[in-house]
Amino acid sequence: MLDIAKKIEDGCAYFTLEGRLDTVTSSELENELKDVLYDVDEVVFDLENLDYISSAGLRVLLSTQKNIGEEGSMKVVNVNDTIMEIFDVTGFTDILDIE
Amino acid sequence: MRYKLETEASVKKLQEVIDFVEGHLEAADCNTKLSMQICLAVEEIFVNIASYAYGDEDGLAIMYLEIFDEPLSVVITFEDSGIPYNPLAAAEPDINAPIDKRRIGGLGIFLAKKMADEMTYRHEGGRNILTFKKLF
Repeated sequence: MLDIAKKIEDGCAYFTLEGRLDTVTSSELENELKDVLYDVDEVVFDLENLDYISSAGLRVLLSTQKNIGEEGSMKVVNVNDTIMEIFDVTGFTDILDIE
Repeated sequence: MRYKLETEASVKKLQEVIDFVEGHLEAADCNTKLSMQICLAVEEIFVNIASYAYGDEDGLAIMYLEIFDEPLSVVITFEDSGIPYNPLAAAEPDINAPIDKRRIGGLGIFLAKKMADEMTYRHEGGRNILTFKKLF
């Protein structure tokens, strides 16, 4: 189960994710992103209440970062310890803008 | 005790697989953090089998879950009769590469290995047999 809350304001899409970002639910997030990615300059993911992320979820973050290009920016905020550990072992801490 | 789950090797069955593993880990008093790490590995391994073992054909995945004392640990075995493939021999992704050199994908088995205390692969009797071991 993944709850996705989306807020778009001043060219920024703010996604609050709650639950599990896995092989099944990552396609739901991908669909939500597809609709907004070309209309905004900035994407923010709030991961405070994300309990679980697998490689499928990491893939969505990575492809969003790549797709937003140099003109735009992507940030992840409020990363909890569980998710940070996965970012650490995969080297995502070096390639994502984490606040 | 050795528990068995036989299911279609399909991503549609992922939740069934996770429920099976989580249920037995909970019964064995495995803590939440450890259980999360084990389920992460199980998802990556199962999805890998579901995506590649049988190409476009349907096939079965069989899992055995066994809890051991001394040292307290779980061993999960995955079997399929698909294309012989050793995922442990695949090249690891470069986790130090800059963003533009990062490949989208290739992280699944890498993550499973990171979550494991031991992983083994063998091909026997026409089956791929992958074991995942985690100490409690």
